[in-house]
Amino acid sequence: MSAVPRNCYLTRRQVLIAGVGAAGSLVVGLPAFAYEEEGERMLGFFIQINPDGSVVIGCKDPEIGQGLRTTVPMMVAEELDVDWNRVHIEQMPLGIVKTADGFRWKYGGGQGVGGSTGLTSNWALMRQVGADARRQLIRAAARRLAIDESQCETRPGFVVCASRDVEIPYSELIVEAAALPMPDDPAPLKAMDDYRIIGTRRKTIDARDIVTGKAMYGIDTVQPDMRYAVIARAPVLNARVKTFDDTKAREIEGVLDVFTIEGPEPGEPYVILASGVAVVATSTWAAMQGRAALDIEWQESPNASDSSDRFWRENEEMLKGEGQVVLDEGDFDAAMAAASKTITRQYRVPFVSHAPLEPQNCYAHVKPDECHIIAPTQMPSGASRSAHAVTGIPRENIRVEMTRVGGGFGRRLTNDYVAEAAMISKKTGWPIKLQWSREDDIRNDFYRPGGLHEMHAGIDADGTVVAWAQRLASGSKYYRRPDMPIENLYQAELYLDDFPRRIVDNIRMEYFHNAIGLPRGSWRAPAHTANAFVIQSFIDEIAHETGQDPLQLRLDLLGEPRELEYSGHGGPTFNPGRLARLLRFVAERIGYGKRLPKGRGIGLATHFTFGGYAAHAMEVTVADGKLSIERIVAAIDCGYAVHPNGVDAQLQGGTIDGLSTALG
Amino acid sequence: MVSFRINSEDVSFDGDPGTPLLWVIRDHLQLRGTKFGCGIGQCGACTVHIDGAAQRSCVVPVATIDGRNVTTIEGLAPSEHALHPVQQAWLEHDVPQCGYCQAGQIMAAVDFLERHPDPSDADIDNNITNLCRCGTYVRIRKAIHRAAELTAGEKS
Repeated sequence: MSAVPRNCYLTRRQVLIAGVGAAGSLVVGLPAFAYEEEGERMLGFFIQINPDGSVVIGCKDPEIGQGLRTTVPMMVAEELDVDWNRVHIEQMPLGIVKTADGFRWKYGGGQGVGGSTGLTSNWALMRQVGADARRQLIRAAARRLAIDESQCETRPGFVVCASRDVEIPYSELIVEAAALPMPDDPAPLKAMDDYRIIGTRRKTIDARDIVTGKAMYGIDTVQPDMRYAVIARAPVLNARVKTFDDTKAREIEGVLDVFTIEGPEPGEPYVILASGVAVVATSTWAAMQGRAALDIEWQESPNASDSSDRFWRENEEMLKGEGQVVLDEGDFDAAMAAASKTITRQYRVPFVSHAPLEPQNCYAHVKPDECHIIAPTQMPSGASRSAHAVTGIPRENIRVEMTRVGGGFGRRLTNDYVAEAAMISKKTGWPIKLQWSREDDIRNDFYRPGGLHEMHAGIDADGTVVAWAQRLASGSKYYRRPDMPIENLYQAELYLDDFPRRIVDNIRMEYFHNAIGLPRGSWRAPAHTANAFVIQSFIDEIAHETGQDPLQLRLDLLGEPRELEYSGHGGPTFNPGRLARLLRFVAERIGYGKRLPKGRGIGLATHFTFGGYAAHAMEVTVADGKLSIERIVAAIDCGYAVHPNGVDAQLQGGTIDGLSTALG
Repeated sequence: MVSFRINSEDVSFDGDPGTPLLWVIRDHLQLRGTKFGCGIGQCGACTVHIDGAAQRSCVVPVATIDGRNVTTIEGLAPSEHALHPVQQAWLEHDVPQCGYCQAGQIMAAVDFLERHPDPSDADIDNNITNLCRCGTYVRIRKAIHRAAELTAGEKS
């Protein structure tokens, strides 16, 4: 293929990592030329078509169990028009390109998974990648046959020219296709009615690798000359190392080095969380044994007197006073005074750890002017920033590769373990893999914020909720962010547009910040996990106190389908009618209203989170004070289901995680 | 020096005999399908077979397996192109989400089905105690039932 420029002879992996010279076509994800070597043919960053017709599709975002590695290739394969069973996937590395005023994304879209945006952020881009590639293949075929491209169509893997009775495999067209200049306008996308991959039931694309033990996670990283590291971290938040004796640790066979790691200033923005002592060894076990043999004396911590008792007591005290009123619509006080009945309840929402099953780990190799990171992370750009922060190496010289991730749940939005690994590699000069133990993980998490919620409702004579208040004392997740004004701390804890705003006329929300030092972070759908529990539990209390049916009370409040303004994440609107529809659905399916034996009942809940609507109905038995769950019906309205099997999996898994969190 | 068989290969280890089998498998033999999850035998991510019985390898000192026979997830399938019925059932029910626990789940299920060839839901709930943070338990249960069917079919 003499048409291929010499400098484009790269292996597939190099292309996926380096994407050499292709920066100009980022928006469509398709560079203006192809590559070929050893039979591997690339079309753009994302698509490789092999001589045997198999197709490799790159996924730029990490897979944490949410199914993105299956969902994203479905989008590309649909528009490209290839056989799904010929598709393989490849995890792409972080791609950032230095510009005059910072960095931009190399692959035409951000990389990272958080806030339930993995699918939506890929939807437009990745379908366009597939459609543009398909159009290039058609144009190449038309040019070769000297006919108009309107006379060419595709069937999976082939360009078909009926007028000439010719079919050309994609793999034979890819170099010509990529050599043709891209038209300025994006290729038209398929109509939804024509989908044969998107919206159909497909299984996890790399499940075979998982069930045979071939799938590689961060913990499985092995690199030449790699050493193994662990850190003994401060047992109390913000304690520093006073002295340590490593004599016994160094006697352990395989232990190579022992040194101090300095943590951040208390309360200041952090890159890593804790001070500690690092142990580097020739194996994970030797490092762990070395750590166990350390004798460390810690300085007194400013947080030494923090305790759960104090936290909850302070919350209770705060709620007795006046907090920051963050929402005040209508006249809450007057409506409460005029109500025929008022109801108040408090709910304790505990701190929760993420506990992804793969403990934190990271491979780092810091050289004088470059750095290589391999990590299970939700935010590869954050990994790059963290490594930069502790090494000073320019980010364009920091290579970040992502592995399959053994659970995220928000924990791996924070790249503290990447920074730790880079610190250890920088100090020793060795390529190292840092390994956390389970104890490290549970003790050094960024926990879902705990808080005490106080709910108030005013009910009029016919049972209508006329006043509503949520007062919350909590440790805000935003507590340690750079340049975060104290009056904005509530924004991580109370989502002002949530139900029942714009439904109950007189509504107030009030926030009290508890300055506890315990680290906080995003746990699943951050504050929704607390607020859905509190709000839905309180609705049941209102129903009970006023003798109303819990389903009917919810339906009355939600009302008819209509779009309400919703400025929070998941907006711009929220349609309470979609929740009502789901509630009716789950109630009907579980047989709501049927006669139940003593001790058995059905509970309902519904909530809008990040653009998705969900409802649950659970039939439970309480006997001798013990709760058991007989049956659950769960429903979700996430809009169009691109990967229905994936939606099912998330709904099942999310339900079980919710139960395990609520029931302990 | 500890010598044993793993996935039909003879291997030996001359390091600290107190090293948990898990770390010998992962760091020294570089069979990385067996995962580290807790280090105290609670989560089951490290489940392997020792002489056919499911064991949590993170709490098994390597010294105790001298002369014994270990199977890991890599050695479960009869060949490169065939799968064990439990692996097959896992694919049919599309069990994995993040997938990290699944090698251990599968190894536990294989041993369980040897002892309970036609299990009830309660048998599964009482015996399969491996943890899954993605909450794939519903599918694991279905897949174990399916694997029992596939195995019975093979034998008949």
